[in-house]
Amino acid sequence: MAVNLAQEKNYTADEMMIIAASRMLKSDDVCFVGIGAPSAACNIARLTHAPDITLIYESGTIGTAPDVLPLSIGDGELCDTALTTVSVPEMFRYWLQGGRITIGFLGAAQIDKFGNINTTVIGSYDSPKTRLPGGGGAPEIASQAGQIYITMKQSLRSMVNEIEFFTSFGHGKGYDDRQKLGLKTTGPAALITDLAIWKPDPLSKEFTVTHLHPGVVPEDVQANCGWQVKFSETFSTTPEPSLDELKVLRDLYKRTEEAHKTS
Amino acid sequence: MANFTSLEKAVDAVMSDGVCVAFEGFTHLIPHASAHAVIRKGYRNLTLVRMTPDIIYDQMIGMGCASKLIFSYAGNPGVGLLRRLRDAIENQWPVALEIEEHSHAAMANAYEAGASSMPCAIFKGYAGAELKQVNQNIKTIHCPFTGEELVAVPSIQPDVSFIHAQKADKKGNVLIEGIIGIQKEAVLSATKSVVTVEEVVDELKTHPNAVILPHWTVDYIAEVPGAAHPSYAQGYYDRDNAAYIEWDQISADRTRFQNWMEENVMQQTTDIFAKRVGFLAKDKLSKKSEH
Repeated sequence: MAVNLAQEKNYTADEMMIIAASRMLKSDDVCFVGIGAPSAACNIARLTHAPDITLIYESGTIGTAPDVLPLSIGDGELCDTALTTVSVPEMFRYWLQGGRITIGFLGAAQIDKFGNINTTVIGSYDSPKTRLPGGGGAPEIASQAGQIYITMKQSLRSMVNEIEFFTSFGHGKGYDDRQKLGLKTTGPAALITDLAIWKPDPLSKEFTVTHLHPGVVPEDVQANCGWQVKFSETFSTTPEPSLDELKVLRDLYKRTEEAHKTS
Repeated sequence: MANFTSLEKAVDAVMSDGVCVAFEGFTHLIPHASAHAVIRKGYRNLTLVRMTPDIIYDQMIGMGCASKLIFSYAGNPGVGLLRRLRDAIENQWPVALEIEEHSHAAMANAYEAGASSMPCAIFKGYAGAELKQVNQNIKTIHCPFTGEELVAVPSIQPDVSFIHAQKADKKGNVLIEGIIGIQKEAVLSATKSVVTVEEVVDELKTHPNAVILPHWTVDYIAEVPGAAHPSYAQGYYDRDNAAYIEWDQISADRTRFQNWMEENVMQQTTDIFAKRVGFLAKDKLSKKSEH
């Protein structure tokens, strides 16, 4: 239903998600970028309102400005356009563990209401039903980047009451669980889906809907989420994508599609 | 001391059943030709080490070369899951595969520790992460000065490491450029190393801070143009993204996978790699011929 209304207004729910996610970022952010939707959002931010943002991919590329979206975190385009490229140990030691990253922007296969992420396994670890890729850089990004933004499509399979494996720690079981682990970073600070924007409750740290995308009603959000959804008392509507944002996004996707077809 | 030889002779010299072997290259410069040479020789019970297994280990695992995998991200980058690796973990096909799973930070630290001749790596990591519960090689220690809780993992010191690089000079000094990943650490942490290069040149003509492996740190060098395909070599040819996308289909079915491997790996020789990158090289081949 939400998707239909979005189409009438000539943009898709996916486009709304990427653009809403891009608006979270600022020019002075130093952002560790996950592949997929996070990478699209970060580059839209760079190409619109945050031209000076520093984008970092875990392959070691610092201050990169790709003309097309990379298929992997290590495409040549990232290195060609980067300020500098460092080794992988240096990336994780000096830059991430060293506390120089303000935002970690992640995707997730499975997430719970406290922003804990599973990208490891569906079923048990020892005899999995589906073996997923695993954590990669995410376990340390989740604990060492200043704060975490997450972007993903909503579904009953992806937004669940209990994740099956704690790949990357969010707010644990809520409240001061991060402090109890000795973490000084903020952890998950925003979740941007194809239906809504969520932020953690200041006390319980449970994700709470603060904005519904245009045309979305609360029932849509609940129908595509495995936990009982809480809505902020003052929730409002996400501003629609501007023509400029849509143009930049579509041009980027078009360039990307062409590039990946030929190379 | 670097010996220039064919890739096949280098593989014979360093490999045997049951060894611990790393093939590194972080998206860039992945040593595919070396993996295919190893697959053709039919080695078994290998412990494979690699941060990002991707297609190269999907092929080795699917062909039954490995009994153990040490890794930190097992996906087809930007495409999806690794279907042969999944089949081995979920269904023990073609053979059972033991896994030792880490995060990227842990593997990077462990290689660096291996290159530094340290028994273990110490870092901040795995906060609240469940891998600590399923991997006995992730331990907690305390800083002797501040008492701060830290993580330790064993260093990685493979019997053999394979990497690919852009150039070697005639003495055997190796130059790596672009996304340099973990290749320097992979070679310096290993007992033996094999480096394939795009070309051997008279002089590296580089700058003072270039990433160089001196000739006395490398055991074997083989000149194999195109050896990274479908990965890429910065300055030579681009990543064959279409091949990564196609792999998702090829690897989805056991028979299709076996047929593809028979045709494209078992019945081929190392020379095929130069032909595979021709269409990706754009204007770069002419640049190469100037040397």
